[in-house]
Amino acid sequence: MLSKRLVVCLDVREGKLAKSVKFVDTRDIGDPVSKAREYYEDGLDELVFYDITASSDERNIMIDVVEKVAEQVFIPFSVGGGIRSIDDATKLRMAGAEKVNVNSAAVKRPELIAECAHALGNQSTILSMDIKRVDVSRVLPSGYEIVINGGRTDTGLDALQWALRGEELGAGELVVNSIDADGTRAGYELNLTRLIADAVSIPVIASGGAGKPEHLYDVLTEGGADAALVASMVHFGEYTCRELKEYLAGRGIKMRLGY
Amino acid sequence: MITIIDYEAGNLRSVQRACHRVGVESVVTADPAAVEKAERIIFPGVGAATSAVDTLRERKLDEALKYAFNQGIPILGICLGAQIILEFTEEDDRQCLGLVKGVCKRFEPEDRSLKVPHMGWNGVNVVQPHPLLESVENGDEFYFVHSYYPCPTDTSNIYGVTEYGLEFCSVVGKRNLFATQFHIEKSGQFGLSILERFCNWDGTI
Repeated sequence: MLSKRLVVCLDVREGKLAKSVKFVDTRDIGDPVSKAREYYEDGLDELVFYDITASSDERNIMIDVVEKVAEQVFIPFSVGGGIRSIDDATKLRMAGAEKVNVNSAAVKRPELIAECAHALGNQSTILSMDIKRVDVSRVLPSGYEIVINGGRTDTGLDALQWALRGEELGAGELVVNSIDADGTRAGYELNLTRLIADAVSIPVIASGGAGKPEHLYDVLTEGGADAALVASMVHFGEYTCRELKEYLAGRGIKMRLGY
Repeated sequence: MITIIDYEAGNLRSVQRACHRVGVESVVTADPAAVEKAERIIFPGVGAATSAVDTLRERKLDEALKYAFNQGIPILGICLGAQIILEFTEEDDRQCLGLVKGVCKRFEPEDRSLKVPHMGWNGVNVVQPHPLLESVENGDEFYFVHSYYPCPTDTSNIYGVTEYGLEFCSVVGKRNLFATQFHIEKSGQFGLSILERFCNWDGTI
Protein backbone atom coordinates (compact mmCIF):
# COMPACT_ATOMS: atom_id res chain seq x y z
CA MET A 1 0.00 0.00 0.00
CA LEU A 2 1.10 3.54 -0.70
CA SER A 3 2.04 5.64 2.27
CA LYS A 4 0.41 8.98 2.88
CA ARG A 5 2.84 11.81 2.22
CA LEU A 6 4.08 14.68 4.33
CA VAL A 7 4.82 17.63 2.06
CA VAL A 8 6.59 20.80 3.16
CA CYS A 9 6.04 24.04 1.29
CA LEU A 10 8.80 26.62 0.98
CA ASP A 11 7.86 30.07 -0.27
CA VAL A 12 10.85 31.60 -1.97
CA ARG A 13 11.24 35.30 -2.64
CA GLU A 14 14.37 36.62 -4.31
CA GLY A 15 16.13 33.38 -3.50
CA LYS A 16 15.27 33.52 0.20
CA LEU A 17 12.74 31.61 2.20
CA ALA A 18 9.61 33.52 3.18
CA LYS A 19 6.51 32.46 5.05
CA SER A 20 3.32 34.15 4.03
CA VAL A 21 0.39 34.62 6.34
CA LYS A 22 -2.91 34.93 4.55
CA PHE A 23 -0.92 35.85 1.48
CA VAL A 24 0.08 39.24 2.87
CA ASP A 25 2.99 39.98 5.25
CA THR A 26 5.87 37.83 4.24
CA ARG A 27 9.02 37.54 6.25
CA ASP A 28 12.36 35.99 5.47
CA ILE A 29 13.17 32.88 7.44
CA GLY A 30 16.37 31.64 5.89
CA ASP A 31 18.03 29.87 3.04
CA PRO A 32 15.75 27.53 1.07
CA VAL A 33 18.52 25.15 0.04
CA SER A 34 19.72 24.41 3.56
CA LYS A 35 16.14 24.15 4.83
CA ALA A 36 15.29 21.71 2.04
CA ARG A 37 18.28 19.62 2.92
CA GLU A 38 17.42 19.66 6.62
CA TYR A 39 13.89 18.38 5.90
CA TYR A 40 15.17 15.78 3.45
CA GLU A 41 17.54 14.40 6.06
CA ASP A 42 14.70 14.40 8.57
CA GLY A 43 12.64 12.04 6.40
CA LEU A 44 10.37 14.42 4.51
CA ASP A 45 8.51 12.75 1.61
CA GLU A 46 8.18 15.65 -0.81
CA LEU A 47 8.88 19.36 -1.15
CA VAL A 48 7.03 22.17 -2.87
CA PHE A 49 8.67 25.48 -3.71
CA TYR A 50 6.56 28.48 -4.54
CA ASP A 51 8.37 31.30 -6.24
CA ILE A 52 6.66 34.41 -4.96
CA THR A 53 9.05 36.66 -6.83
CA ALA A 54 7.63 39.23 -9.18
CA SER A 55 10.14 40.02 -11.92
CA SER A 56 11.62 37.78 -14.57
CA ASP A 57 15.21 38.61 -13.56
CA GLU A 58 14.49 37.17 -10.18
CA ARG A 59 13.13 33.99 -11.79
CA ASN A 60 16.66 33.06 -12.77
CA ILE A 61 17.51 33.13 -9.09
CA MET A 62 14.81 30.49 -8.64
CA ILE A 63 16.35 28.26 -11.32
CA ASP A 64 19.60 28.53 -9.41
CA VAL A 65 17.86 27.55 -6.14
CA VAL A 66 16.24 24.56 -7.88
CA GLU A 67 19.59 23.37 -9.23
CA LYS A 68 21.23 23.61 -5.83
CA VAL A 69 18.35 21.75 -4.18
CA ALA A 70 18.49 19.02 -6.83
CA GLU A 71 22.16 18.42 -6.09
CA GLN A 72 21.44 17.71 -2.44
CA VAL A 73 17.90 16.48 -2.09
CA PHE A 74 16.96 13.07 -3.48
CA ILE A 75 13.22 13.04 -3.00
CA PRO A 76 10.60 14.42 -5.39
CA PHE A 77 10.03 18.15 -5.36
CA SER A 78 7.89 20.51 -7.34
CA VAL A 79 8.11 24.18 -8.18
CA GLY A 80 5.27 26.62 -8.71
CA GLY A 81 4.67 30.33 -9.03
CA GLY A 82 4.80 32.27 -12.25
CA ILE A 83 4.80 29.32 -14.66
CA ARG A 84 3.10 30.70 -17.76
CA SER A 85 4.51 28.61 -20.57
CA ILE A 86 6.02 25.28 -21.47
CA ASP A 87 9.33 27.05 -21.65
CA ASP A 88 9.09 28.08 -17.97
CA ALA A 89 8.04 24.55 -17.00
CA THR A 90 10.76 22.82 -19.01
CA LYS A 91 13.49 25.04 -17.54
CA LEU A 92 12.44 24.09 -14.03
CA ARG A 93 12.20 20.43 -14.98
CA MET A 94 15.67 20.52 -16.48
CA ALA A 95 16.99 22.29 -13.40
CA GLY A 96 15.89 19.26 -11.39
CA ALA A 97 12.28 19.76 -10.30
CA GLU A 98 10.34 16.51 -10.51
CA LYS A 99 7.04 18.28 -11.01
CA VAL A 100 5.73 21.73 -11.84
CA ASN A 101 2.78 23.52 -10.25
CA VAL A 102 0.58 25.69 -12.38
CA ASN A 103 -1.97 28.01 -10.84
CA SER A 104 -3.06 31.49 -11.97
CA ALA A 105 -1.74 31.15 -15.50
CA ALA A 106 -3.75 27.94 -15.96
CA VAL A 107 -6.92 29.75 -14.91
CA LYS A 108 -6.27 32.39 -17.53
CA ARG A 109 -5.27 29.84 -20.17
CA PRO A 110 -6.37 26.28 -19.27
CA GLU A 111 -4.51 24.74 -22.24
CA LEU A 112 -1.33 25.31 -20.22
CA ILE A 113 -2.26 22.23 -18.17
CA ALA A 114 -2.56 20.07 -21.28
CA GLU A 115 0.69 21.48 -22.67
CA CYS A 116 2.60 20.68 -19.48
CA ALA A 117 1.04 17.20 -19.29
CA HIS A 118 2.06 16.53 -22.87
CA ALA A 119 5.60 17.83 -22.51
CA LEU A 120 6.42 16.58 -19.00
CA GLY A 121 3.83 13.84 -18.41
CA ASN A 122 0.71 13.91 -16.25
CA GLN A 123 2.68 12.74 -13.25
CA SER A 124 4.82 15.88 -13.43
CA THR A 125 1.93 18.32 -13.83
CA ILE A 126 0.30 19.61 -10.66
CA LEU A 127 -2.63 21.96 -10.68
CA SER A 128 -2.59 24.20 -7.61
CA MET A 129 -5.83 25.83 -6.68
CA ASP A 130 -6.33 28.71 -4.27
CA ILE A 131 -9.89 28.48 -3.06
CA LYS A 132 -12.19 30.58 -0.93
CA ARG A 133 -15.56 29.86 0.57
CA VAL A 134 -18.51 31.71 -0.98
CA ASP A 135 -22.28 31.53 -0.90
CA VAL A 136 -23.69 28.75 -3.05
CA SER A 137 -25.04 30.18 -6.27
CA ARG A 138 -25.90 29.09 -9.79
CA VAL A 139 -22.37 29.84 -11.04
CA LEU A 140 -20.64 28.62 -7.89
CA PRO A 141 -22.68 25.52 -6.99
CA SER A 142 -20.03 23.99 -4.74
CA GLY A 143 -19.86 27.08 -2.56
CA TYR A 144 -16.14 27.42 -3.28
CA GLU A 145 -14.52 29.78 -5.73
CA ILE A 146 -11.11 29.78 -7.37
CA VAL A 147 -9.08 32.93 -6.65
CA ILE A 148 -5.81 33.93 -8.28
CA ASN A 149 -2.90 36.33 -7.96
CA GLY A 150 -2.19 35.29 -4.43
CA GLY A 151 -5.83 35.41 -3.41
CA ARG A 152 -6.43 38.98 -4.54
CA THR A 153 -8.55 38.29 -7.63
CA ASP A 154 -11.86 36.43 -7.83
CA THR A 155 -12.39 34.38 -10.98
CA GLY A 156 -16.04 33.33 -10.88
CA LEU A 157 -14.83 29.75 -11.40
CA ASP A 158 -16.39 27.04 -9.28
CA ALA A 159 -13.62 25.15 -7.44
CA LEU A 160 -15.10 21.68 -7.91
CA GLN A 161 -15.71 22.23 -11.62
CA TRP A 162 -12.20 23.59 -12.06
CA ALA A 163 -10.70 20.58 -10.27
CA LEU A 164 -12.54 18.22 -12.63
CA ARG A 165 -11.54 20.27 -15.64
CA GLY A 166 -7.92 20.23 -14.50
CA GLU A 167 -7.98 16.46 -14.23
CA GLU A 168 -9.53 16.17 -17.67
CA LEU A 169 -6.85 18.46 -19.14
CA GLY A 170 -4.15 16.16 -17.79
CA ALA A 171 -3.15 17.31 -14.30
CA GLY A 172 -1.69 14.35 -12.42
CA GLU A 173 -2.22 15.80 -8.98
CA LEU A 174 -4.07 18.65 -7.28
CA VAL A 175 -3.08 21.01 -4.52
CA VAL A 176 -6.20 22.16 -2.71
CA ASN A 177 -5.28 25.33 -0.84
CA SER A 178 -7.91 26.99 1.29
CA ILE A 179 -7.15 30.67 1.59
CA ASP A 180 -9.69 30.95 4.39
CA ALA A 181 -7.67 28.47 6.43
CA ASP A 182 -4.20 29.50 5.23
CA GLY A 183 -2.16 31.03 8.01
CA THR A 184 -4.84 30.49 10.66
CA ARG A 185 -3.22 27.32 12.08
CA ALA A 186 -6.75 26.23 13.02
CA GLY A 187 -6.87 23.16 10.79
CA TYR A 188 -7.36 22.34 7.11
CA GLU A 189 -10.69 23.00 5.47
CA LEU A 190 -11.88 19.40 5.64
CA ASN A 191 -15.15 19.79 3.74
CA LEU A 192 -13.45 21.37 0.77
CA THR A 193 -10.69 18.75 0.70
CA ARG A 194 -13.17 15.88 0.93
CA LEU A 195 -15.43 17.39 -1.74
CA ILE A 196 -12.59 17.49 -4.24
CA ALA A 197 -10.87 14.25 -3.21
CA ASP A 198 -14.13 12.34 -3.65
CA ALA A 199 -14.78 13.82 -7.07
CA VAL A 200 -11.42 13.27 -8.79
CA SER A 201 -9.34 10.14 -9.32
CA ILE A 202 -5.94 11.81 -8.98
CA PRO A 203 -4.10 12.43 -5.70
CA VAL A 204 -5.00 15.48 -3.63
CA ILE A 205 -2.51 17.42 -1.53
CA ALA A 206 -4.31 19.37 1.19
CA SER A 207 -2.92 22.81 1.97
CA GLY A 208 -3.66 25.70 4.29
CA GLY A 209 -4.40 25.78 7.97
CA ALA A 210 -2.13 23.18 9.57
CA GLY A 211 -1.16 24.14 13.11
CA LYS A 212 -1.23 20.91 15.12
CA PRO A 213 -0.42 17.27 14.29
CA GLU A 214 -4.12 16.37 14.74
CA HIS A 215 -4.94 18.61 11.79
CA LEU A 216 -2.81 16.41 9.55
CA TYR A 217 -4.50 13.30 10.88
CA ASP A 218 -7.93 14.80 10.22
CA VAL A 219 -7.22 15.81 6.64
CA LEU A 220 -5.62 12.45 5.75
CA THR A 221 -8.64 10.57 7.15
CA GLU A 222 -11.83 12.63 7.22
CA GLY A 223 -10.56 14.99 4.53
CA GLY A 224 -9.66 12.15 2.15
CA ALA A 225 -6.32 13.72 1.18
CA ASP A 226 -3.35 11.69 -0.08
CA ALA A 227 -0.82 14.16 1.24
CA ALA A 228 -0.75 16.91 3.86
CA LEU A 229 1.19 20.08 3.17
CA VAL A 230 2.68 22.05 6.05
CA ALA A 231 4.87 25.14 6.28
CA SER A 232 5.09 27.20 9.46
CA MET A 233 4.65 24.13 11.68
CA VAL A 234 8.14 23.03 10.73
CA HIS A 235 9.83 26.24 9.56
CA PHE A 236 10.15 27.70 13.03
CA GLY A 237 11.26 24.49 14.68
CA GLU A 238 8.01 23.84 16.50
CA TYR A 239 7.78 20.33 15.03
CA THR A 240 10.16 18.20 13.00
CA CYS A 241 9.09 16.20 9.95
CA ARG A 242 10.03 13.05 11.81
CA GLU A 243 7.80 13.94 14.77
CA LEU A 244 4.83 14.62 12.54
CA LYS A 245 5.27 11.37 10.65
CA GLU A 246 5.72 9.35 13.82
CA TYR A 247 2.62 10.92 15.30
CA LEU A 248 0.56 10.00 12.22
CA ALA A 249 1.98 6.48 12.10
CA GLY A 250 1.18 6.11 15.80
CA ARG A 251 -2.44 6.86 14.98
CA GLY A 252 -2.54 4.12 12.37
CA ILE A 253 -1.75 6.03 9.17
CA LYS A 254 0.73 4.34 6.86
CA MET A 255 3.75 6.64 6.68
CA ARG A 256 7.29 6.11 5.44
CA LEU A 257 9.37 5.91 8.61
CA GLY A 258 12.57 4.17 7.53
CA TYR A 259 14.99 6.10 5.38
CA MET B 1 32.58 5.77 -15.16
CA ILE B 2 28.86 5.29 -15.73
CA THR B 3 27.30 5.68 -19.15
CA ILE B 4 23.76 7.03 -18.97
CA ILE B 5 21.72 6.28 -22.07
CA ASP B 6 20.17 9.40 -23.54
CA TYR B 7 16.86 8.76 -25.19
CA GLU B 8 15.29 11.96 -23.90
CA ALA B 9 13.97 10.48 -20.70
CA GLY B 10 12.94 13.16 -18.24
CA ASN B 11 15.02 11.97 -15.32
CA LEU B 12 18.43 11.92 -17.02
CA ARG B 13 19.83 14.81 -15.05
CA SER B 14 18.40 13.59 -11.74
CA VAL B 15 20.14 10.28 -12.35
CA GLN B 16 23.35 12.10 -13.17
CA ARG B 17 23.12 14.16 -9.98
CA ALA B 18 22.55 11.01 -7.95
CA CYS B 19 25.70 9.48 -9.50
CA HIS B 20 27.60 12.61 -8.58
CA ARG B 21 26.30 12.35 -5.04
CA VAL B 22 27.57 8.80 -4.59
CA GLY B 23 30.90 9.94 -5.95
CA VAL B 24 31.00 8.37 -9.39
CA GLU B 25 31.53 10.10 -12.69
CA SER B 26 28.92 9.74 -15.38
CA VAL B 27 28.46 10.65 -19.00
CA VAL B 28 25.19 11.02 -20.89
CA THR B 29 25.30 9.67 -24.41
CA ALA B 30 23.10 8.80 -27.38
CA ASP B 31 25.97 7.17 -29.25
CA PRO B 32 25.50 3.39 -29.67
CA ALA B 33 29.26 2.84 -29.99
CA ALA B 34 29.82 4.47 -26.60
CA VAL B 35 27.17 2.24 -25.06
CA GLU B 36 28.81 -0.90 -26.45
CA LYS B 37 32.15 0.11 -24.90
CA ALA B 38 30.73 1.26 -21.56
CA GLU B 39 32.09 0.13 -18.24
CA ARG B 40 28.60 0.19 -16.74
CA ILE B 41 25.30 1.51 -18.02
CA ILE B 42 22.26 3.20 -16.55
CA PHE B 43 19.09 2.96 -18.57
CA PRO B 44 16.77 5.56 -17.03
CA GLY B 45 13.22 6.33 -17.99
CA VAL B 46 10.11 8.38 -17.36
CA GLY B 47 7.14 8.90 -19.60
CA ALA B 48 5.57 7.04 -22.46
CA ALA B 49 6.91 3.66 -23.61
CA THR B 50 6.02 4.28 -27.25
CA SER B 51 8.15 7.35 -27.77
CA ALA B 52 10.92 5.80 -25.68
CA VAL B 53 11.06 2.64 -27.81
CA ASP B 54 10.89 4.70 -31.01
CA THR B 55 13.72 6.95 -29.91
CA LEU B 56 15.86 3.98 -28.87
CA ARG B 57 15.37 2.36 -32.28
CA GLU B 58 15.99 5.56 -34.23
CA ARG B 59 19.28 6.01 -32.41
CA LYS B 60 20.13 2.29 -32.71
CA LEU B 61 20.46 2.21 -28.96
CA ASP B 62 18.25 -0.90 -28.78
CA GLU B 63 20.87 -3.00 -30.55
CA ALA B 64 23.67 -1.40 -28.51
CA LEU B 65 21.89 -2.30 -25.27
CA LYS B 66 21.38 -5.90 -26.39
CA TYR B 67 25.04 -6.10 -27.31
CA ALA B 68 26.11 -4.65 -23.96
CA PHE B 69 23.84 -7.07 -22.13
CA ASN B 70 25.35 -10.04 -23.97
CA GLN B 71 28.85 -8.76 -23.23
CA GLY B 72 28.14 -8.89 -19.51
CA ILE B 73 28.36 -5.11 -18.94
CA PRO B 74 26.49 -4.23 -15.72
CA ILE B 75 23.22 -2.48 -16.62
CA LEU B 76 20.85 -0.68 -14.26
CA GLY B 77 17.33 0.04 -15.53
CA ILE B 78 15.10 2.57 -13.77
CA CYS B 79 11.30 2.86 -14.06
CA LEU B 80 10.54 2.74 -17.80
CA GLY B 81 13.98 1.15 -18.03
CA ALA B 82 12.58 -1.78 -16.03
CA GLN B 83 9.70 -2.15 -18.49
CA ILE B 84 11.29 -1.76 -21.91
CA ILE B 85 13.73 -4.62 -21.16
CA LEU B 86 10.80 -7.05 -21.38
CA GLU B 87 9.37 -8.41 -24.63
CA PHE B 88 6.17 -6.46 -24.87
CA THR B 89 4.15 -3.72 -23.18
CA GLU B 90 0.40 -3.25 -23.12
CA GLU B 91 1.10 0.49 -23.38
CA ASP B 92 0.10 1.06 -27.03
CA ASP B 93 0.83 -2.68 -27.56
CA ARG B 94 4.51 -2.20 -28.31
CA GLN B 95 7.26 -4.72 -28.88
CA CYS B 96 10.15 -3.96 -26.52
CA LEU B 97 13.78 -5.05 -26.24
CA GLY B 98 13.15 -8.60 -25.05
CA LEU B 99 16.23 -8.87 -22.81
CA VAL B 100 13.99 -10.53 -20.22
CA LYS B 101 11.02 -12.78 -21.02
CA GLY B 102 7.69 -11.26 -20.06
CA VAL B 103 5.30 -8.37 -20.60
CA CYS B 104 4.28 -5.09 -18.98
CA LYS B 105 0.71 -4.79 -17.82
CA ARG B 106 -1.43 -1.83 -16.88
CA PHE B 107 -2.73 -1.42 -13.35
CA GLU B 108 -6.45 -2.04 -13.32
CA PRO B 109 -7.32 -2.04 -9.63
CA GLU B 110 -10.77 -3.27 -8.68
CA ASP B 111 -10.61 -1.06 -5.62
CA ARG B 112 -11.52 2.35 -7.03
CA SER B 113 -9.73 4.13 -4.22
CA LEU B 114 -6.42 2.92 -5.71
CA LYS B 115 -5.39 5.58 -8.17
CA VAL B 116 -3.48 5.08 -11.41
CA PRO B 117 -0.67 6.08 -11.83
CA HIS B 118 0.66 4.38 -8.74
CA MET B 119 2.48 7.42 -7.37
CA GLY B 120 4.23 7.84 -4.06
CA TRP B 121 6.21 5.87 -1.50
CA ASN B 122 5.62 2.14 -1.25
CA GLY B 123 7.37 -0.83 0.34
CA VAL B 124 9.50 -3.42 -1.42
CA ASN B 125 9.93 -7.02 -0.27
CA VAL B 126 13.04 -8.82 -1.43
CA VAL B 127 12.06 -12.30 -2.70
CA GLN B 128 15.54 -13.57 -3.53
CA PRO B 129 18.93 -12.22 -2.55
CA HIS B 130 20.85 -9.97 -4.92
CA PRO B 131 24.14 -8.13 -4.35
CA LEU B 132 22.47 -4.78 -5.13
CA LEU B 133 19.71 -5.40 -2.60
CA GLU B 134 21.91 -6.21 0.36
CA SER B 135 21.08 -2.92 2.07
CA VAL B 136 17.32 -3.35 1.56
CA GLU B 137 15.18 -4.68 4.36
CA ASN B 138 11.68 -5.95 3.72
CA GLY B 139 9.21 -3.10 3.75
CA ASP B 140 11.75 -0.36 2.99
CA GLU B 141 9.96 2.31 0.97
CA PHE B 142 10.91 3.71 -2.41
CA TYR B 143 9.38 6.32 -4.69
CA PHE B 144 7.18 5.06 -7.54
CA VAL B 145 5.46 6.80 -10.46
CA HIS B 146 3.98 4.46 -13.06
CA SER B 147 0.83 3.10 -14.65
CA TYR B 148 2.33 -0.14 -16.05
CA TYR B 149 4.33 -2.79 -14.23
CA PRO B 150 6.74 -5.53 -15.32
CA CYS B 151 5.61 -9.19 -15.31
CA PRO B 152 8.63 -11.41 -16.02
CA THR B 153 7.56 -14.87 -17.23
CA ASP B 154 10.25 -16.63 -15.29
CA THR B 155 9.99 -16.07 -11.53
CA SER B 156 13.77 -16.41 -11.28
CA ASN B 157 13.90 -12.89 -12.79
CA ILE B 158 11.83 -11.44 -9.94
CA TYR B 159 13.93 -10.04 -7.08
CA GLY B 160 11.53 -7.66 -5.36
CA VAL B 161 7.77 -7.26 -5.11
CA THR B 162 5.40 -4.48 -4.07
CA GLU B 163 1.74 -4.46 -3.12
CA TYR B 164 -0.71 -2.17 -4.89
CA GLY B 165 -4.08 -3.85 -5.29
CA LEU B 166 -2.04 -6.85 -6.36
CA GLU B 167 1.50 -7.98 -5.76
CA PHE B 168 3.65 -6.85 -8.68
CA CYS B 169 7.31 -7.26 -9.57
CA SER B 170 9.18 -4.07 -8.62
CA VAL B 171 12.73 -5.39 -9.06
CA VAL B 172 13.79 -7.36 -12.13
CA GLY B 173 17.14 -9.09 -12.50
CA LYS B 174 18.84 -11.27 -15.06
CA ARG B 175 22.59 -11.89 -14.96
CA ASN B 176 24.30 -8.49 -15.42
CA LEU B 177 20.99 -6.65 -15.82
CA PHE B 178 19.23 -5.21 -12.77
CA ALA B 179 16.19 -2.95 -12.94
CA THR B 180 13.90 -1.24 -10.47
CA GLN B 181 10.40 0.00 -11.18
CA PHE B 182 10.91 2.63 -8.49
CA HIS B 183 13.10 5.70 -8.86
CA ILE B 184 16.35 5.08 -7.00
CA GLU B 185 17.35 8.68 -7.78
CA LYS B 186 14.32 10.03 -5.88
CA SER B 187 14.12 7.51 -3.03
CA GLY B 188 16.41 9.19 -0.54
CA GLN B 189 19.30 7.30 1.01
CA PHE B 190 17.76 3.88 0.35
CA GLY B 191 17.85 4.56 -3.37
CA LEU B 192 21.35 6.04 -3.28
CA SER B 193 22.58 2.92 -1.47
CA ILE B 194 21.44 0.72 -4.36
CA LEU B 195 23.14 3.08 -6.81
CA GLU B 196 26.33 3.01 -4.78
CA ARG B 197 26.34 -0.80 -4.87
CA PHE B 198 25.73 -0.77 -8.60
CA CYS B 199 28.81 1.43 -9.05
CA ASN B 200 30.92 -1.33 -7.53
CA TRP B 201 29.06 -4.33 -9.00
CA ASP B 202 30.85 -6.72 -11.32
CA GLY B 203 27.60 -7.94 -12.89
CA THR B 204 27.48 -11.32 -11.23
CA ILE B 205 24.81 -12.48 -8.84
